[in-house]
Amino acid sequence: MKYLMLVCVPEDAVVGPDADTDPIPWVEEVERRGIRVTGDRLRPAADATTVRMVAGEVVISDGPFAESKEYIGGFDILDCADLDEAIEVAAKHPVAKFGGLELRPFWPFDS
Amino acid sequence: MTPDDAVAEAFRTERARVLATLIRLTGDWDLAEECVQDAFERALKRWPVDGVPRKPGAWLTTTARNRALDRLRRSTVEAGKLREAAEMPPPEDDDWPDDRLRLIFTCCHPALALEARVALTLRTVAGLTTDEIARAFLTPTATMAQRLVRAQRKIREAGIPYRVPPPELLPQRTTGVLAVVYLLFNEGYSAAQRWDLAAEAIRLGRILVQLMPDDVEVRGLLALMLLQDARRAARLDAQGDLMTLEDQDRSLWDRGQIAEGVRLLAPGGPYQLQAAIAACHVTAARVEDTDWTRIASCYDELARLTASPFVELNRAIAVAMADGPAVGLPLVDALDRSGALAGYHLLAATQADLLRRLGRRTEAAAAYERALDLAPTEAERRYLQRRIDEL
Repeated sequence: MKYLMLVCVPEDAVVGPDADTDPIPWVEEVERRGIRVTGDRLRPAADATTVRMVAGEVVISDGPFAESKEYIGGFDILDCADLDEAIEVAAKHPVAKFGGLELRPFWPFDS
Repeated sequence: MTPDDAVAEAFRTERARVLATLIRLTGDWDLAEECVQDAFERALKRWPVDGVPRKPGAWLTTTARNRALDRLRRSTVEAGKLREAAEMPPPEDDDWPDDRLRLIFTCCHPALALEARVALTLRTVAGLTTDEIARAFLTPTATMAQRLVRAQRKIREAGIPYRVPPPELLPQRTTGVLAVVYLLFNEGYSAAQRWDLAAEAIRLGRILVQLMPDDVEVRGLLALMLLQDARRAARLDAQGDLMTLEDQDRSLWDRGQIAEGVRLLAPGGPYQLQAAIAACHVTAARVEDTDWTRIASCYDELARLTASPFVELNRAIAVAMADGPAVGLPLVDALDRSGALAGYHLLAATQADLLRRLGRRTEAAAAYERALDLAPTEAERRYLQRRIDEL
């Protein structure tokens, strides 16, 4: 089963290669286990663009879809046996200690 | 026993196990529920004619399975499920696997909202109808139906596994299951008109003990529920007001339930400790025989395990009973200063009670007034007002 894992971090958080927040050991582990399909870091919410159609017009707005104290700082696509495995992997991500990991199951068009 | 009684009995005792197996075989909660329902309807027709089968549970499982196979054969998109179900040998005897634990752990999975866990457990494990659950939680039936549908959909779409968790997850998940059952019990226990929920919780507790006989906390929860529920008949006075332990008519307590609860006691975690405390209360012949020293030591251990200010308050009350109000009051005052229970009426009520017993009537009256302002229910306000009037 495939899950999109949204890495949600507090606005002021820095995720980088210092000891506590470096995601590289996590990436290495889940790739070794064949769970991580792909993933990356994302530019901050300030650089986001939201697109929607309102009354037949394309409305483009600056910023993320949902305003909140947290923003999506990165994502991973995980291929897991079930939700319990996805939870186990997400809980090991360094951001789990100060942010949140949202797990969204894939909903393939051919299902 | 008439065939109709036999069907009713099987519904009570076998339904959850039959359903749990059908969910495992089909992977489809809706289909499983419908087929189990069909099997019981068929039993109502067949058993009066053919006689009650020797193994009603096996008969019902086979019938429900065959029904599921029929339904799946008709829909080609379900071919995968059909293969799985067809591979299953029909259960010939009582050796067919008991899947109820999978069912319980799946219903209580932490990825489901707490209210959904409670509703789903009542529906699938306890066999209550959506209507009954809605009434118990004072929720419109349509809302409850939607909650159940959503929960079942999330189990399927989010990939919540249908299984007993592996050893590394088991202690934590078991705690989650026990929390759902105890919440159910408290829902029933706190409102007089909902005793049926407390009874369902006890029934679930018995099933859990049967399925996990070696887990002391599982036994602790059942003991706790039995010992608390044993006082049911004596808890309310004629006006429907709560009676305190000391005022209750002890002859109304259920001796059989107390004996059963006491037999389940063992050294353990929070549920065992709470059960041990409840046992101290219900095994005392008179209120003055209560072993407060033992109760205080149980609360002491519980406070270390839970770090809960409510437990601290109860510990202070027990110490006051064991060693006198002069020893207990400073503990309550310290808790008051910590602010952890700010606005909690029972904190003020406890201070009032201890001050009253120390003969400090003016301070006691002031504390009762504070408690009266904070008390959430009319019955509690009546109780506190009586105490003020007695001063």
